Amino acid sequence: MSKALVTSTNSGLYCPQGDFYIDPWRGVDLALVTHAHSDHARSGSKCYLTSEPGQHVLRARLDPGANVESIAYGKKLTIKDVTVSFHPAGHVLGSAQIRIEHKGQVWVVSGDYKTQLDPTCEAIEPIQCHTFITESTFGLPIYRWPSEQDIESQINGWWQRNKEQGRASVLFAYSFGKAQRILSLVDSSIGPIFVHGAVHKLNEQYTTSGVTLPDCKFVGDLDKKADFKGGLIIAPPAAFDSPWTKRFGDYSSGYASGWMRVRGNRRRQSIDRGFTLSDHADWNGLLEIISATGAEEIIVTHGFSQPLIKYLRETGKQARGFKTEYRGEESELAIANEKLAEAYEEDLEKPPAKEDTP
Amino acid sequence: MKDFAVLFADLDGTTKTNEKVAALKKYFGTVSHGEAAWAVYFLTGRRIKQLVKSGQLARWAVDEAKIPDWLFDECYDSVGDLGETIALILPTTEAHAEGSLDFWIEEKVYKLRGASELTQREIVVGAWNASSDLERFLFNKLLTGAFRVGVSQQLVVKALSELSGIEPRVISQRLMGDWDPTAEFFEKLIDTEGGAGELSRPYPFYLAFPLTENETLLLGPAANWFAEWKWDGIRAQLIKRNKEIAIWSRGEELLTDRFPEIVEEATGLKEGVVLDGEILPFKEGDVLPFQLLQKRIGRKNLNKKILDEIPVVFMAYDILEEDYKDLRDEPLRFRRERLEHVLSTRDKVASQQEFTQLQLFAPCMTQLSPSLRVSPTMQAESWEEMKKIRDTANAMKVEGLMLKHRESKYGTGRHKGFWWKWKVDPFTIDTVMVAAQPGHGKRAGLFTDYTFAVWQENELVPIAKAYSGLTDEEIRKVDAFVRENTTGRYGPLRTVKPTQVFELAFDGLQPSTRHKSGIALRFPRILRWRFDKKVSEIDTVESVSKLFKEKARD
Ligand SMILES: [Zn+2]
Ligand SMILES: [Zn+2]
Repeated sequence: MSKALVTSTNSGLYCPQGDFYIDPWRGVDLALVTHAHSDHARSGSKCYLTSEPGQHVLRARLDPGANVESIAYGKKLTIKDVTVSFHPAGHVLGSAQIRIEHKGQVWVVSGDYKTQLDPTCEAIEPIQCHTFITESTFGLPIYRWPSEQDIESQINGWWQRNKEQGRASVLFAYSFGKAQRILSLVDSSIGPIFVHGAVHKLNEQYTTSGVTLPDCKFVGDLDKKADFKGGLIIAPPAAFDSPWTKRFGDYSSGYASGWMRVRGNRRRQSIDRGFTLSDHADWNGLLEIISATGAEEIIVTHGFSQPLIKYLRETGKQARGFKTEYRGEESELAIANEKLAEAYEEDLEKPPAKEDTP
Repeated sequence: MKDFAVLFADLDGTTKTNEKVAALKKYFGTVSHGEAAWAVYFLTGRRIKQLVKSGQLARWAVDEAKIPDWLFDECYDSVGDLGETIALILPTTEAHAEGSLDFWIEEKVYKLRGASELTQREIVVGAWNASSDLERFLFNKLLTGAFRVGVSQQLVVKALSELSGIEPRVISQRLMGDWDPTAEFFEKLIDTEGGAGELSRPYPFYLAFPLTENETLLLGPAANWFAEWKWDGIRAQLIKRNKEIAIWSRGEELLTDRFPEIVEEATGLKEGVVLDGEILPFKEGDVLPFQLLQKRIGRKNLNKKILDEIPVVFMAYDILEEDYKDLRDEPLRFRRERLEHVLSTRDKVASQQEFTQLQLFAPCMTQLSPSLRVSPTMQAESWEEMKKIRDTANAMKVEGLMLKHRESKYGTGRHKGFWWKWKVDPFTIDTVMVAAQPGHGKRAGLFTDYTFAVWQENELVPIAKAYSGLTDEEIRKVDAFVRENTTGRYGPLRTVKPTQVFELAFDGLQPSTRHKSGIALRFPRILRWRFDKKVSEIDTVESVSKLFKEKARD
């Protein structure tokens, strides 16, 4: 077997032939970044390389003054002994799969990806390779997403109905990626749209990067007595159940996440409505992309990795795991409760609501 | 089943009570009476007998989804609910479940009864293919008899009451006991005239809340309260109307023919009487262990031997109806007077002594065993004095005291503040967790049901199962522990490395053939996770038995 182009180290995924890291979780000399989600893009490295569409968001999320270089999708770059290129992963704005070629061997590190359509970022392109490094956030067959149109009409229907009842709709969604994707699919003719500061900040980066989003009012710009009835408010999960939501009065709460596919996940959070909307591939999406790469070897980084590895092996593929510190869509909720995240890294949802007392 | 699925989604899609009631009203106002009857049936927690084994459903689903068995198990572990897991792994369809809910039950579910496996499979798979994800989920829940929604009986009653203009208490009463979910039933349920068929129906039971030590301070002067023993038996209403006698359990089971001695004794009561009380195994003036009552109820055949071995009494503590008149809005002190009057003037009183001996220990000291008795009330001038009475509970073989306000009405459901249960301090022991199972409902997918063990010689033997008492954060940590320390899998059950020590509280001990230790704890619950303790320091079967004996002797 030829030598590995990517190995798993204490600092993160490392390419020895090119002497660089991919999405490292400790400071290194050269970090290639698949996308700007916090578990993939961490401060502390000397130099960052990311895709061109992702550069503004990445800069905004790293420490000010970080040294960020960017490269267009598909353009080849030689680093030491290897040739590197970035290809769309369909996950969030600027998300990339990183292709590494060395002496005829091709490895792809995919970071996070999805196969559903998303108007706010470029669609995934499967890359032919020998070894494919994949996530498995939703690597169980129970996780299969409803169609984009279904979710779109569910969210709009919910908003419309709340509006008719004179209530605000507060939709919790991760502020980078998910929030903008929702903004791109809601029907802004229903009513006014408001956003939380975290979303507002990211929206600016999206606009700078050339993505068109509907008009949104930043809640922080409005005075305390603003009327939110009939409006849609997009906020990060961290704002759930916080004093910040008091101003919306009697509102209906929604939560957009792949985890909402399972009823218990939503019920534990005491949220009115769950929308199964994820920026990660579902079970079918994972299998589809893995198969399209033609890879002989699959390395699984995070999520339900054991079931995916076992399943791939049973279908005749070589598969194994890499231990990483990536957290998949779970991190959305981790941020909602930092303390809990420390206490329990694997299952990062908000704690379940208290059981009704008998 | 489309309408029912829409109702379910509406109920499930809000945490607000008024919206749930609105959704129920809308639904009951539109669907046929036949469908409405079935919906009431399921929404009030009733279930139909499971006609297909869960394992079989899982097998058919695995075949339809074309996934390996182990992957199904992984999914089930993660979801924690069989019906939902199946709904989530089946191939997606565009279909919607045409036909009413009653049609689905009567023409699909009931057709499974006695059918060959092949036919059963055809019906079930056919139903799956003809419905959406949500409808499949509901169908599976109906099939496995484990249907639960975030809606209480009270909300259903409220919606039906607002819809029909009938008082909620009348609706609740009509919903008690056994009934068949037919269009006729639903029509009677919302019939403003009221029918004669409800003669033997009990009233909704009024429940007490647990009280902690400090909370007695909030109850005002002790003299305002009646105390009764908190009996460890079966809560029941004894009804005599139109020369018919009926005994209903709080679980709405008709138990009349299980207790012939009580029925015989009740023939002496006047007409139009409803008593609330506790059925206890009781012999020679002494309360027997609750387990014996279970044993007796389990017997299909009540022969003389078992009647002699385990006699029962009805320990009455309230009267809800006298001369067909509803007394529930009268104050308790008045009802108690009526209760004693009604029982002492019944035709067949065993002995007048019973009523002169109603001192503290009367029910246990009397050598007589009439099967219908008054549970004594006790009064105290101060809470210290009351606590002293409570602390004799172990000797009395009761769980503690019931505190009832002298002026309290007989409320419905959990109307808080007037009736309290004040248990004696529980026993506490240290145990180690040896196994865990995923929970259900809100906690589906998390390991929340644990098995605990203590030492017996050099072996750990299971002694209790418990699932309540941890904080949400602790549950998460235990869940992580279970996943990382699994040593074996038996269906949904996982055995784990015995390293985590938990302090359990329990109310009593009973012999157990199910547990290797030979004993089982009554009402075990988790007090705290003892990070500071090692497995070598936990209790033994001997120390647990000893603790119980010592405390019971006090
Ligand atoms: Zn990501
Ligand atoms: Zn990630």
